[in-house]
Amino acid sequence: MTATASPFTAPVPPPVERSTAVRKRLTGRAVSARTVRYLLLLAFLILILIPLYVMVVTSFKTAGDIRPTTAWNLPERWSLDGWAKAWDQLSGPLLRTVVMAVVAATVSSMLGSLNGFVFAKWRFPGANVVFTLFLFGMFIPYQAVIIPLQEIMLKANDLGLPKGIGTLIVVHVIYGIPICTLIFRNYYATTVPTEILEAGKVDGAGMWRSYLSIVLPVSIPGFVVTLIWQFTSAWNDFLFALFLTNANNGPVTFVLNSLASGQNPDYASNMAGALLASLPTLAVYIILGKYFIGGLMSGSVK
Amino acid sequence: MTATTKSRAAAPSRGDTPARRHSRIRWRSWGPGLAMVAPSIVLIGIFVYWLLYKTAATSMTDKHSFNPNADVHFIGLDNYASLFGEPYYQHTLWNLLVLTVVFLSGTMFFGLLWALLLEKGVKGEGIFRSVYLFPMAVSFVAAGVVWKWLLSNRTGDQAIGLNQLFQELGLGFLQNSWWSSTAAFNMAAMAIPAVWQLSGYVMALFLAGFRGIPSDQREAARMDGASEFQVYRHVLFPQLSPIALSALIIIGHMSMKMFDLIYSIAGANSYAAAVPATYMWTQLFSKSDPANASANATILLLIVAVVVVPYLIYTNHVEKGQGS
Repeated sequence: MTATASPFTAPVPPPVERSTAVRKRLTGRAVSARTVRYLLLLAFLILILIPLYVMVVTSFKTAGDIRPTTAWNLPERWSLDGWAKAWDQLSGPLLRTVVMAVVAATVSSMLGSLNGFVFAKWRFPGANVVFTLFLFGMFIPYQAVIIPLQEIMLKANDLGLPKGIGTLIVVHVIYGIPICTLIFRNYYATTVPTEILEAGKVDGAGMWRSYLSIVLPVSIPGFVVTLIWQFTSAWNDFLFALFLTNANNGPVTFVLNSLASGQNPDYASNMAGALLASLPTLAVYIILGKYFIGGLMSGSVK
Repeated sequence: MTATTKSRAAAPSRGDTPARRHSRIRWRSWGPGLAMVAPSIVLIGIFVYWLLYKTAATSMTDKHSFNPNADVHFIGLDNYASLFGEPYYQHTLWNLLVLTVVFLSGTMFFGLLWALLLEKGVKGEGIFRSVYLFPMAVSFVAAGVVWKWLLSNRTGDQAIGLNQLFQELGLGFLQNSWWSSTAAFNMAAMAIPAVWQLSGYVMALFLAGFRGIPSDQREAARMDGASEFQVYRHVLFPQLSPIALSALIIIGHMSMKMFDLIYSIAGANSYAAAVPATYMWTQLFSKSDPANASANATILLLIVAVVVVPYLIYTNHVEKGQGS
């Protein structure tokens, strides 16, 4: 458990260099093993990219070009019609979802940082039990809360909580608390030396001072991880959206699904829409991917 | 809050007994921490535990309609008994079992295989890793749009999706109706997109595990004459078992609540692809039966709890043992 706690912030650590003695032993057999390795890696790469290929190719086709016989071919004529139509239908929901995911990720990360600090460094009696109860909240099937949740949220809407995105922000913040707390707790446990906090206490620094002046300044890597994680899960959520919003105020997953489940699917605009709806999270992964992998390692493999 | 903690070392006021002073100092040391977590405790208490209780309570009533004026009575476990007696529900449980077994074994197999292929370091590792991981960034709903097409059951001249690809490649015998058949194991096909999405995640976990093992352990084993296979079998794999357990738990609980993917590929009310999570939707909105839907959801919760609670306790225990 501790063995894997270290690569929290760091990108994936580089592989261990083989000593020269071992490297010299690379014989013909080793060379062919390496070839097989690369061929396998490449084969899997292609297999994984098949759905992406289909999405991209189909999204650029004209309606007349989408026939079963040529479905796997490149477009006869590259057309942006599908993309234009998808943009018309999804630009509003996309904007709403950006607001929702950014706000939800920021707030639950801040709560996670405060909680993680307490659970790692400023513990109270029973903190372990409370922490475990928090963690269980991460694993519950949301089906088991969603019926009463819908009732509560309807009441909250009557009391003035904005419908749609506003409601979803509250829900994502709350159900994001467990994972963010876990990630920050593990992060602080390994990166903030208790001695520094003890020294601060001796100097009369209270908890807030310790948090603001010692802990928060070194928290950026933790925030990167929780922000990515929460942004992605809020963005990709469908169940909460389905129960708590409608097509006029819901996030992009909701609207995309309604478009794609029609009777006569417009494949070009559906595929373009699916790509549009995936671009923000894909961009996050591509730009910040190495931190994300680091975060996966620490957040989940404890 | 700052004020109370700052004055921690301040002189005790007159009239304090030593015992009271002691307890006040202890309170001052941990009180602010509790206060800081208190809002989250309240939120988790309400939105996780209170709502779980509400669902469980509804599952033991005869609230078989949305009528707010209807009389609701406590009926014990009757809803559970009738649910387990329903052939439809039994069918969803079987589907869930098939889905989970294929999903788990698929992600574990590919995740471990890719980690093994990558762990010693290859040229372009970053590219392979990113591509293997990228499906995870895509929502089940967006992925569902393309997988619905890929897993179409049309065959022969009408074939689209994978069936048509098979035909073009001269592999026509591979054509099949995927998840939409009535075959007992049709849900194995529904696990394909799920495996596609999450194998990269399992790979990342295992890769982290391999990289976390100090290199001298391998060197030492090799010096002792261990073959490469023996190094993996006896040195590396045993150290990865906590990671394998985490991966199983994470993927397993995702499988239990699998809803988005099935909803977007098969539709909410498909019988062929029904699992408890989608059936709950049917119970709620086609049958307007909150009590039975709650019973269904509570069973899902119990299945997850049976696996996760011992895991959390075990994790807690191990961490204490290591003094962290």
